[in-house]
Amino acid sequence: MKILVPTKRVPDPATNIQVLPDGSGIATENIKWVINPFDEIAIEEALRVKERLGSGEVVLAAIGQQSWQEQLRTGLAMGADRAILVLSESALDSLGIASVLAKIAADEQPDLVIMGKQAIDDDSNQVGQMLAEMLGWPQATFASKVEIKERRCTVVREVDGGLETLAFTLPGVITTDLRLNEPRYASLPGIMKARKKELKEVPAESLGVDLTPLLKVKELRAPSKRQAGRKVASAAELVSVLHSEAKLI
Amino acid sequence: MSEVLVFAEHKNGHLPKTTLVALGAGLELAAKYGTKCVAVVAGDGIEEVATRVAGYGVAAVVMLEHPALKNYVADAHAQALAALVKELGVQFVLASATAVGKDLMPRLAARLGAPMASEVVAFGDEGTLIRPTYAGNALATVELSGPVKVITVRSTAFEVAAPSENAAPVRKVDAAIDPSALKTELVSFEETKSERPQLTEARIVVSGGRGLKSGENFKTVLEPLVDAMGAAMGASRAAVDAGFVPNDLQVGQTGKVVAPELYVAVGISGAIQHLAGMKDSKVIVAINKDEEAPIFSVADFGLVADLFKAVPEMVEEVKKLKQS
Repeated sequence: MKILVPTKRVPDPATNIQVLPDGSGIATENIKWVINPFDEIAIEEALRVKERLGSGEVVLAAIGQQSWQEQLRTGLAMGADRAILVLSESALDSLGIASVLAKIAADEQPDLVIMGKQAIDDDSNQVGQMLAEMLGWPQATFASKVEIKERRCTVVREVDGGLETLAFTLPGVITTDLRLNEPRYASLPGIMKARKKELKEVPAESLGVDLTPLLKVKELRAPSKRQAGRKVASAAELVSVLHSEAKLI
Repeated sequence: MSEVLVFAEHKNGHLPKTTLVALGAGLELAAKYGTKCVAVVAGDGIEEVATRVAGYGVAAVVMLEHPALKNYVADAHAQALAALVKELGVQFVLASATAVGKDLMPRLAARLGAPMASEVVAFGDEGTLIRPTYAGNALATVELSGPVKVITVRSTAFEVAAPSENAAPVRKVDAAIDPSALKTELVSFEETKSERPQLTEARIVVSGGRGLKSGENFKTVLEPLVDAMGAAMGASRAAVDAGFVPNDLQVGQTGKVVAPELYVAVGISGAIQHLAGMKDSKVIVAINKDEEAPIFSVADFGLVADLFKAVPEMVEEVKKLKQS
C-alpha cells in the first residue's frame, strides 16, 4: 500500500497574525513555521494504516520553497518513508497545487491520498476535492474514522447534523478532520533516521503542468477590531442588562 | 448568458437557512452585475422543494433529476452540475459553505477548470471577492479569472432571500451522469438528534468550553441555561477534543461559523480559532473565572465568576423574567 500525503507549511496556529500596512501580506518575522495541523493528522493516519497492514510506503509531498524542507524532515522524522518537494517561487492557486499533485500521483501511482481538509493559513478547503476530481477518484472529506479491508475503504465523515459513512474501492482521496487521531511526536531516533531519508527536489516548471493562477490575492487587510465592552458584577446584573438594555431576553 | 447559478441545497425536501442565504447572496451578486440569478435543485423526486425555491425571487429554477442524485454524494453531483453549467453558460456558480457546499464546489470547480473562492463574506468592486484568511485575522481581496467562477459564501455574511409574490418557472432537466464514473457508496447517515434550534440558525447560542470540565457538566450545568434561553448549544474545540460533546457542536475556524444576535461563551478562554467562529455575533457575553481570558477582549458584557455558581443563578434569573 503506497500512501501519498500532500503537506503545506503554515504559521503556527498560536501565532498572532499581523497584516502588513501596505496590504501585500502578513509580517513573517517572528513566525514559527509548522506542518499544517490537519496535514500532521494525515501523516499520522497514513503511518497507522501502514502499521496496521504491516507493510507499505508513506510518501510526503509539498509545493513551495527550499525552506519547506524543514517541515518535510519533521514528517520524515514522524515515520514517513520519503518526501518530494516541488520548488516554486511564485504563488500558486488551489487548481495549480492540485494539478501538481495530480502529476505526482500519476508518476507515483499511490493507492491512497490522505491530506488535511484545509490549510490554516488561507482556509480554502479545496485541494483534496480538486485532486480527487482530476484523478477521477472518489473522495471522502472531513474524515473522523478510516478503515481499510483489502481494497475497500470505509470513512466516517463529520457533516452538518451528524456522521456520514462512505465506502469506496481504492484508490481514493481522504481529507482529515480534527478528531481522526492524535499525531505522534517525532522521536529522537526518528529525527536521526530522517536525515538519511530521501528528500527529492523537483522544479515545478519541469512537470509540464499549467501553473498560471486563476485566483489572485490582490490585497490583505486587517478586519475591524471588536472593542471590549464592560464587566458586570453578578449573574443577576448580566441577565438584567441583557433584558432591559440589550433587549435580547 | 452571464448568469449566476445558485446550488440550492435541501435536506429531504427541507430548505435550511443556509440555502436561503445562498439564494440571497446569488441575487445580490446578480444585481451587482445586472444579470439573472437562476437556482438549481438536485435530487430525485424534488418537485415540491423546487417549487418552493421558485418563490424566493430567482429568475428560474432548474430541477436536476436523476436516481443517482437521490442522496448527496460528491462525484454524482459534480458531474451533473458541471454538465448543467456548460449547458447554461453561467458565469458564477454559488453555494453556501455548508458541509455539502465545501465538499462539492471544489470538485465541481476542478471539473470545470474554474477558480474558486471559499467562504466569501462580501462582493467587492471590479469583480473582486472578499474572504477571511488566517482564522479571520486577515481579509483577502481576491480576483478570479476565466469564463466560470465558483464561490461558496459564508452564511453569516449575507441576508436570506425574501419570499416573492411571483413564482419563477421551474424546468426539469434529466441530469447527464455516467454511472461508470460513480465510485462512492453512501453507507449510512447517523443523525444527531436534538430538539434545540440549529447552531447556524439560532438567534441565541450558548457555548461551553473546557471550563465545564466534563460532558456531565454540559448536561447538568450548561443545558438548563441553553434551554431557559431557547438557545442552540455550541462548544469550543477544547471541549470537543476532550470528548465532552459531539464534534458538530464545535464553533470556530475549523468548525461552524455563527453570528447570532446573542452569543454566550461559558468557560471558554477565547483561543484565536474559536474567536474566528463567533466574533461577528451582534452581542457577545463571556463568563470566565480568569479575568485575563482573551474572550473578554471581544465581549460586550463580561462576568468574571465561577461558572458553576454563575450559570445556575442565571438560569433562575431568566426563568423569573419569563414568568413575569
